[in-house]
Amino acid sequence: MDYITTLLVKNGLIVAFLVTGLLMVVSDELSRKLTRSKIPGSAIAIFLGLSMAYVGGLLTGGSKGIADIKALSGFELMGGSMLRDFAIVSTALGVSFAVVRKTGMAGVLSLLIGVVFTFSCGAVIAYLMGYSDAKSIVTIGAGACTFIVGPVTGAAVGASSDVIANSIAAGLVKSILVTIGTPLIARSIGLNNPSTAMIFGGLMGTTSGVAAGLAATDPKLVPYGAMTATFYTGLGCLLCPSVLYLLVAALVGH
Amino acid sequence: MLIRGVALLAGCYLTGQLLGETLGRLLHTNANIGGVGFAMLLLIFAQNWLEKRDRFLPQMQSGILFWSNLYIPVIVAMSATQNVRVALSSGFTALLAGVVPVALCLLFLPLLSAAKPPVETPTEWTT
Repeated sequence: MDYITTLLVKNGLIVAFLVTGLLMVVSDELSRKLTRSKIPGSAIAIFLGLSMAYVGGLLTGGSKGIADIKALSGFELMGGSMLRDFAIVSTALGVSFAVVRKTGMAGVLSLLIGVVFTFSCGAVIAYLMGYSDAKSIVTIGAGACTFIVGPVTGAAVGASSDVIANSIAAGLVKSILVTIGTPLIARSIGLNNPSTAMIFGGLMGTTSGVAAGLAATDPKLVPYGAMTATFYTGLGCLLCPSVLYLLVAALVGH
Repeated sequence: MLIRGVALLAGCYLTGQLLGETLGRLLHTNANIGGVGFAMLLLIFAQNWLEKRDRFLPQMQSGILFWSNLYIPVIVAMSATQNVRVALSSGFTALLAGVVPVALCLLFLPLLSAAKPPVETPTEWTT
């Protein structure tokens, strides 16, 4: 039996193509039969993907979801940042530049509000939950932005490792919440046009969450949301350990 | 011909990522600032430039469209590699810090959407 696992590991990416393809066939069937196509197949597929990641995590105790199961390790490449970003960039083909230019300013504004406001909320929550030193408060606040801003900020200001772990967890909760929540609330928040998608991407920022959430809502919106969201993590890594850290340090006194 | 499209996409991707990394370094952060965004803008400009010169051939386009159609499966695979276990078993602080800001941030969406100048919906959008 070992040689089968070896074969699957050796051809990891192809295995991932096959499994993802089957998963999407099943999701499309579920969407048609159970929900009369009311819930898009892609939304179901993403949800099943997250469930598989949970099972993978439970079985192996690892941090890479289903990719920690040896035979399915190809998922790490297929779902990794290289192919994800490559595919996101390709969606720019056919994007309306007029929309991008006209929404540009609102997009920049949404990015600034998104980072600063999310950080502030996270920082206040950290303070209310009993963290009193600036390093921890800033790291948790940064984690509320994305699961990359948290550890980058934590490392920069020298926060303890359990605080950094907490900040990563906060970012993950956000990413998964945005993934699942976006298609559910899209209609009630008017998320049905490219401009709003750009602003939404800037406010939310978590690239994985925004990309997956919009894909489940309407794939045509993905490039617009992804375009602004991609600046968010960088902006967060820029502001959180610097200006925002100094501000918080001044407020709490040390 | 197909490979020209893929190569164009790859060129835009790498140039954009390089810009993002360089910007991150210039600003002394450990992060890539907007690499994907720059790459997307480059691809849009490149497409326009080539179309104006009648050099953007259909086969070239299909090399890019292939990846654009693979986008959702890639996202599904990405979901399957998230650390969902940690997110679900995280402490109360992480849970609150993950959920509350998202909910509050959504309040800004209608404000900002109203602030932007009206944009005419592109024609391809109506389909």
